[in-house]
Amino acid sequence: MANRVRVKALAAPGHVRAPFYLRGRTGVIERELGVFGNPEQLAYGLPAEEKPLYRVRFTMAEIWGAAAERQDDTLDAEIYGHWLEKV
Amino acid sequence: MSDTDGRRWHDMGGQPAGPVVPEDHDFALWEKRVDALMVLCGRKGLFNVHGLRRALEDMGEDAFETMSYYERWIAATNQNLIETGVYTIAELAERMDEIATRGPSYGEAQTGAKDG
Amino acid sequence: MPHDHHDHQHGPSPSGHPYRADNDGPLTYWQRMEIAVRELLVEKGHMTAAEISAQIDAMDERSPARGAAVVARAWSDPDFRAQLLEDASAAVRGFGLDIGPLNLIAVENTDRVHNLVVCTLCSCYPRDLLGLPPDWYKTRAYRSRAVFEPRKVLREFGVELPADTTVRVHDSTADMRYVVVPARPPGTEGMTEEALARLVTRDAMIGTGLAKRP
Repeated sequence: MANRVRVKALAAPGHVRAPFYLRGRTGVIERELGVFGNPEQLAYGLPAEEKPLYRVRFTMAEIWGAAAERQDDTLDAEIYGHWLEKV
Repeated sequence: MSDTDGRRWHDMGGQPAGPVVPEDHDFALWEKRVDALMVLCGRKGLFNVHGLRRALEDMGEDAFETMSYYERWIAATNQNLIETGVYTIAELAERMDEIATRGPSYGEAQTGAKDG
Repeated sequence: MPHDHHDHQHGPSPSGHPYRADNDGPLTYWQRMEIAVRELLVEKGHMTAAEISAQIDAMDERSPARGAAVVARAWSDPDFRAQLLEDASAAVRGFGLDIGPLNLIAVENTDRVHNLVVCTLCSCYPRDLLGLPPDWYKTRAYRSRAVFEPRKVLREFGVELPADTTVRVHDSTADMRYVVVPARPPGTEGMTEEALARLVTRDAMIGTGLAKRP
């Protein structure tokens, strides 16, 4: 997985854990967290594939643009690998 | 005709909202029981926290605005247990109806409460 | 006995927060559902009443005091602090606390960095360490705004950060839970861990507060 990643700009109609405000935003992998059962399957009582999970750090400037309170404040979120694409 | 950006109601990050009022309360016994039931259901493999969240999300924004936290949790727990087949809708409805005859308050509606 | 008085709570609560008047109030639809679900789960053999009571007791024992003890140790023991920041779950278990299956990450406040924890999607919280989250943590206001205007939210909690402090917000979107190690206040040199722990509030470990001054 590349160090710089973008959250896929998808609008999924079910239970997902990639927050809308980060979709299409680019960040840096802060650390790899290992693999976890995919909540998009677990939430429906289905057998779950193991998905890698990453902690991704974004600048507030990247997320909110000029509206950010402080450009270089940061936001960390955990994003599953299948929601990330290399930049 | 309607259209949407696909954002779901519970996905709140960055949405406009009012001031944070730092309120808290001590949980009532029935709320603690709802919490314990969810944890034990998860531990015993009846359903999991992801299913709980999915049901909470599918209950919609109106439920978030009008029901308390643990009211929503028992509704979502029930939804998952119905789906898993732990009991039937009819079994639950009949039991809830019978409970209503036990007494006017939560304390009085407990089985065995009268000879406790 | 007319009825069992252990379901009734009267007078002020130990924490000073109001009790919900649910136990004596009129029985609601959702309370009937809780009783029915609980009875059916027990009757069908999925769990026992004793297990439910034991789980309630276990959650009641989990309180911010446990996190405060961890923070006080980190302030007092550089090796423990390093371990906590490297692998918080292992460090806290090594400290002797039962945190169940919790995947914990500890983030440290310094004179340059202030950390703030939120869950924008639901109400994820390090409950196996700190107990159940406060009501405000689960509100639309906190969930919506903490990621967009954390400094303004902090001011609503009475926290004004120095201009050169960087804010790092942590959105608990998946399997990790976060605890903030607040900055150790000045004037606490030589204090015992027990005394230090009394300075560590729940809000300081969420990031909406600072550790108290002695």
